[in-house]
Amino acid sequence: MITAGRSSHRFRSRLSLAFLLIPPLAWLIVVYLGSLAVLLVSALWSTNSFTGAVVRTFTGDNIVRVLTDAVFRAATLRTVGIALAVTLICITLAVPLALYMAKVASPRVRLALVVAVTTPLWASYLVKAYAWRMLLSGQGPLAWVAGYTPGYGLVATVLTLTYLWLPYMVIPVFAAFERVPEDLIDASSDLGASGWTTLRTVMTPLVFPGIAAGSIFTFSLSMGDYIAVTIVGGKTQMLGNIIYGQLVTANNQPLAAALSLIPLFAIIGYLLAMRRTGALENV
Amino acid sequence: MRTTTLRLGVTLTACAALVAACSSSTNSGGGTTAPVPSQQEPLASLGNGEGQLNLVSWPGYAEDGSNDPKVDWVHPFEQQTGCKVNIKIGNTSDEMVQLMRTGQYDGVSASGDATLRLIYAGDVAPVNTTLVPNYDTISAFLKDQEWNSVDGKMFGIPHGWGANLLMYNTDVVKDAPDSWGAVFPGAAEYKGKVTAYDSPIYIADAALYLSKTKPELGIKNPYALTSEQLDAATELLKVQHGNIGEYWSDYTKAVQAFESGTSVIGTSWQVIANMLTTDDKIKIATVLPKEGSTGWSDTWMVSSKAAHPNCMYKWMDYITSPTVNAQVAEYFGEAPAQTKACEFTSDKNFCATFHATDADYAKRISYWTTPQKKCVDGSGDNCTAYSEWVDKWQQIKG
Repeated sequence: MITAGRSSHRFRSRLSLAFLLIPPLAWLIVVYLGSLAVLLVSALWSTNSFTGAVVRTFTGDNIVRVLTDAVFRAATLRTVGIALAVTLICITLAVPLALYMAKVASPRVRLALVVAVTTPLWASYLVKAYAWRMLLSGQGPLAWVAGYTPGYGLVATVLTLTYLWLPYMVIPVFAAFERVPEDLIDASSDLGASGWTTLRTVMTPLVFPGIAAGSIFTFSLSMGDYIAVTIVGGKTQMLGNIIYGQLVTANNQPLAAALSLIPLFAIIGYLLAMRRTGALENV
Repeated sequence: MRTTTLRLGVTLTACAALVAACSSSTNSGGGTTAPVPSQQEPLASLGNGEGQLNLVSWPGYAEDGSNDPKVDWVHPFEQQTGCKVNIKIGNTSDEMVQLMRTGQYDGVSASGDATLRLIYAGDVAPVNTTLVPNYDTISAFLKDQEWNSVDGKMFGIPHGWGANLLMYNTDVVKDAPDSWGAVFPGAAEYKGKVTAYDSPIYIADAALYLSKTKPELGIKNPYALTSEQLDAATELLKVQHGNIGEYWSDYTKAVQAFESGTSVIGTSWQVIANMLTTDDKIKIATVLPKEGSTGWSDTWMVSSKAAHPNCMYKWMDYITSPTVNAQVAEYFGEAPAQTKACEFTSDKNFCATFHATDADYAKRISYWTTPQKKCVDGSGDNCTAYSEWVDKWQQIKG
């Protein structure tokens, strides 16, 4: 009697667990992994050279082209370069800001800074990108005040993307600094360490996972971006533009799919590199 | 962690296998078979409107007053027919082909470099011209042409035609250029402020310039290029790339770039010049250079999967009616297809200026057409296909 009741109870709790888990698992497998699988498979198709319609016969030509074509290689290097530059600038700006916010500022100033950092997230992406287009224009405010503007191009792209993704770096780093216990800092200085040594040997290892998490955002968001660069990049092409061009202009969906494997692998590579540093173990 | 990764891998492989299995059962033939046009029968008789109409249109072709309150021929159509019009602007022919392939639109204003691709992919249906009364009085030299008909079947209703123009800022470019040379060898003078149309079809502009300035290359038709001729055009455009500030395909970006002084010279459409002159912020001029120009001849086509075919037929008749066709042609800056439109233009010399009924003049414009392996001018089978043009265009942009 008791065992029967217990087993039906166990059955019911399993059922409710299944109910809870099926939707997210279905989402992960069908929508996320499924679409990745479609991408992988369609990269192996080809197109009719005249109408551009997809021909479903398997061929490795697209992959070979992606790996050997100099145009694609140049765009890949440029895109990874932009993504790394954006990530490094974001770290340089975010670390001192987050340290000040978490450990130095009064609660009131801290709140004001958190609001200031997150407010831009309320505005639309396009509005912000076009604002930078105006700002960097030859007759724009920057040229008027400073007498110099980098113009539309690679520099403008890095600047705009840094602006766009900075909050995604500041917030995790701020959270990481906030979690560093005060007594560790006190202990460090009691034992005679200078502020700089405390920062380097006590705080940095504790904050590093936060920086890593932020850098995953800035790196992957920059890798995939193709809109900001069309607005402020002048004639600069990123991988996203080439993929878009192959999909919409050339109407070559299979080659576009093969090309989009590059950012996919770049991001997987970046994640694995982060994992090797041990940054992802405590996040 | 390791087992999770393994499971993830297994799942991914399973999904891939599943998709592959499904796709191979729907294998739709190889790329070697010659494409055939849509065999669909045209609409036999006209019924009542369906209340909706989804169009893919060039900017300026379906104006509903949102750009200029005085320019509106969509709302009168809606009132007359009860078909509510939803407009999707296509910035390039490639984009239009892509949009039409989704099957979500009833019709498209297709240029000659999109029409055959649409016809042979079965995206558009033949048109029963007897259901479009205004078709009778359309210029004869636009009917049954190689870009809008196959095997004697019309695949649309001609709308209008015109030439791509050289546009420049008269405050910066003072010597009033009359040659495309100003954006090719002469581009260095305006380094960083030259613009060009961001589509592989722009290679034809370079080819057209080379056909006049380098006759030894033997370019007869800018859309029928051998590999050597395509390479020569690509070289010219690579040199031009060094002087380009930015390319445009979104026409609003072209307007903004000229307004802010980012671009001062480059290829353009009359409709862009019109938008700049209505704002009156900047002084610009347009010219049809002495080498002639590439251009377009547009046709309204009905989708083979149209959900609102009756509304689309009503639209094709409406847009080619004398008064409306005159209005569109004057706004866009092109020659109307409708011969009777010439009586209704506000500028009485309009049709004369645009040589609207002059068949010989119309022949001198190199209309956008899809480059094919089999040369479009019938000169042989050794030409370069559009897919090669796309690759060259990506190399040019680097």
